[in-house]
Amino acid sequence: MSDETTSELKKTPLFALHEELGGKMVPFAGYLMPVQYPMGIMGEHKHTRAMAGLFDVSHMGQVILKADSYRAVAEAFEALVPMDVLGLKEGRQRYGLFTNDQGGIEDDLMFANRGDHLFVVVNAACKEADIARMKAALEPAVTVTPVTDRALLALQGPAAEAVLSSIVPAAAAMTFMDVATLNADGVELWVSRSGYTGEDGYEISVPADKAEAFARRLLAHADVEPIGLGARDSLRLEGGLCLYGHDIDAETRPAAASLTWAIQKVRRAGGDREGGFPGAAAVFAEMADGPSQRRVGLKPEGRAPMREGVELFAEAEGGVAIGKITSGGFGPTVGGPVAMGYVPADMAAPGTQIFGELRGKRVPVTVASLPFVAANFKR
Amino acid sequence: MKYTEEHEWLQAEGEIITVGITAHAAEQLGDVVFVELPEVGTEVTKDEEIVVIESVKAASDILSPLDGEIVEINEAIVDEPGKVNEDPEGGAWFFKIKPSDLSPMDDYMDEAGYKAFIG
Repeated sequence: MSDETTSELKKTPLFALHEELGGKMVPFAGYLMPVQYPMGIMGEHKHTRAMAGLFDVSHMGQVILKADSYRAVAEAFEALVPMDVLGLKEGRQRYGLFTNDQGGIEDDLMFANRGDHLFVVVNAACKEADIARMKAALEPAVTVTPVTDRALLALQGPAAEAVLSSIVPAAAAMTFMDVATLNADGVELWVSRSGYTGEDGYEISVPADKAEAFARRLLAHADVEPIGLGARDSLRLEGGLCLYGHDIDAETRPAAASLTWAIQKVRRAGGDREGGFPGAAAVFAEMADGPSQRRVGLKPEGRAPMREGVELFAEAEGGVAIGKITSGGFGPTVGGPVAMGYVPADMAAPGTQIFGELRGKRVPVTVASLPFVAANFKR
Repeated sequence: MKYTEEHEWLQAEGEIITVGITAHAAEQLGDVVFVELPEVGTEVTKDEEIVVIESVKAASDILSPLDGEIVEINEAIVDEPGKVNEDPEGGAWFFKIKPSDLSPMDDYMDEAGYKAFIG
C-alpha cells in the first residue's frame, strides 16, 4: 500500500469526527484512518482495558450471504471455510478462515447466523478478494451482497456493557459471540458481542448516515474515549489475536498458525462433514503430522520491543535463524515488550528460552502462552 | 540553546554540552518505551548513532551532534522512558558530551531557526 496517494484514499462515515477529535490520520488498507488521538497510543490502550474505547472499523468488509434458507447458505459457505457453519445457532457468531488449495489462509473472518442469512465481516485489505472469492464460489445459488451503506464501530472494554445498554438495554443480556438486531431510538443496529482486544465489548454495524450521531452518543459517556489503530494493534497483540498479512497469510496453514481450535470436529478428518473446503487434504495432513513451525507468544527480556521481522535463534551466539517475529511491540498492560512469531514445533513449549537479534545483539526471549493479558469476555 | 535538524537540543555549560530531544520530536515519536544510552567514557564521532529510542510506534536513532567523549548519561530515562514525553527539554536530557571540536555548534540553529524549521 506504499504507492497510495492521499487522493485515492477512501474515508469512512466518521472521517469528519476523527478530524474534529484530533485523530492523526494515516493510510491503512486503502482508507484514511486514525492511528491515534491526542491521548496517545499508551493512554488509549490503558483506557480501553480500564473503561471503554470506541474504534472505527468501518474499513472492514461487511457482507450478507442469502439464499432460500440459512441452511442453504451454510452448506454453500462450508465449501469455502473449514468451520461448522451449518451447526451455528441463530443469533450466534463464529471465527473463521478462508483457505486456499494449499490449505493456506487467505483471510480470517467472523460469520454470524442472522436467521435468514449469513453475515460476514472480513479484513479491509482482503475484502475485494474475499467478495470475489465468495461470488465466484457461491453465486447464483447464494447472493453475495457487500454492505456499503453501513459503518462498523467497536466498543470495547469493561464499561462497554454499561455504556451500550444505557442506549439499548437489550445489549446487556447478550453473551460473548451473540449477535442481535437492536433498535436505538429508530436506528437499526446489528450488534455482536465480540471484538479484537481481548476485552468484553461489542461490534456495532450502524447505517452510515446515522453513524456519526451514534458515535457521538457513545462518546458522550464519560467512560468512553476514541481509540486509534495504534492501540487497536497493541490490544490485539496482548490478546494473542492474529493480524492477517503478518501473523497469518496465504502460506500459513491452520495448524502452524495454532488456529486448529477454530476448526470444529464435524469438519475435521473423521467428522460427519469432513473436508470439502479448499486445501482440506493439506490442512488435515499438517494437523496429523504436526507442523514444522508453530505460532507462539514471545516475551523478550528487558524493555526493548522486538518488532515484526526480528530473527530468532536457538543460541546466544552463532547458528542460523530458527524463526522470526511476525508481530511485536510494547504491551502497555503487560508493561514490557510482547511479540508473536514462528518457531520450530519442538521449541514451541511455553518456557522455552530462545534469542532474538536486536541491532546485532542476541537478547533472551521466552516462549509464552497466549494471550499475554487474560481475556475478559462475558461468557 | 542550539538545535539540530535531527531534533536534538544542545545546551552548553562551560566545556560540557548537554543533549536531549525537542518537545516536537517527543510528540512525533509518541509514548517512549525504551531508551538505550552509550556508556560513560565512550568516544563518539559526529553523526554516529549513539542512542536507540523506541516508542510505541517505532524505533529511532539519535546521532551524536559532535565529536567528543560522553561524560554523563541520564539513567533516569532508561528506568522510566516515559519521562522523555513528560519533560523532554528539561529533566529528560539524554547525555552530556565533552566535545573535541566545537565548530559544528556554529552551524546549528537557534530557537527561532528551529521553530521555522519545524514550521
